[in-house]
Amino acid sequence: MTHGTSRRDFLRAASAGLAVLVTVRPVDAAPPATQDAIRAVVGTARVTRGRVKLELPPLSENGNAVPLTVSVESPMTAAEHVRAIHVFTEKNPQPEVVSFRLGPRAGLARVSTRIRLADTQTVTAIGELSDGSFWSAEAAVVVTLAACLEET
Amino acid sequence: MAETLISVPPRARRGEIVEIKTLISHPMETGYRRSQLGARIPRDIIRLFVCTYGGAEVFRAELHPAIAANPFITFSTVATESGTLTFHWTGDNGFSVKETAEIRVE
Repeated sequence: MTHGTSRRDFLRAASAGLAVLVTVRPVDAAPPATQDAIRAVVGTARVTRGRVKLELPPLSENGNAVPLTVSVESPMTAAEHVRAIHVFTEKNPQPEVVSFRLGPRAGLARVSTRIRLADTQTVTAIGELSDGSFWSAEAAVVVTLAACLEET
Repeated sequence: MAETLISVPPRARRGEIVEIKTLISHPMETGYRRSQLGARIPRDIIRLFVCTYGGAEVFRAELHPAIAANPFITFSTVATESGTLTFHWTGDNGFSVKETAEIRVE
């Protein structure tokens, strides 16, 4: 090898750079109220992007009932399972949406519900694992008819 | 009394992961809306949903006003033994509804 940088070295450096990008805390991008709500749940723990899959329609005609599914990669054994799944919004009057508590008896860390979205915004789902780690995913939803705040 | 709709497979193999779907009629009044006269409409939501299987809690959901009216929740559990699943919704203004479903594990 006479090259200054081998392909292997390059790939190693590139994957290290990618790992740094992936571990950037998504929490920092959210508005203060949402950050506070997330901090109230995770404490001082680090929230890493990944392992969580958040399914939401990219475009919703009706913000009053938007289908949401969250799943977390986990073997769901007594030793290693998902303890909780939390959902937060950025622009609703209250950032908390729902907290699901599950355990090894769930067999599968996958939950669905229908949520209200008051505006076009980003939704964050956080998975809390039995080893104390937190993982997250985000999804942006465009809402054409917002969940009503007025009586109609 | 609130109407509920619960889907639990009546039979399952031991160790099989079964999907459970629940729906309950409830307005989930957020507490952020105002009437036409400008008065705030007080919050009236379901705060908690708990599912037990054979007497032990297997799933719980803490709800906030951002859950749509008529809360619909889907989750799963491992079919361990024949027995009763209970579903309990509780919320504002003393709301409390309990339902049960039987599952047969072979």
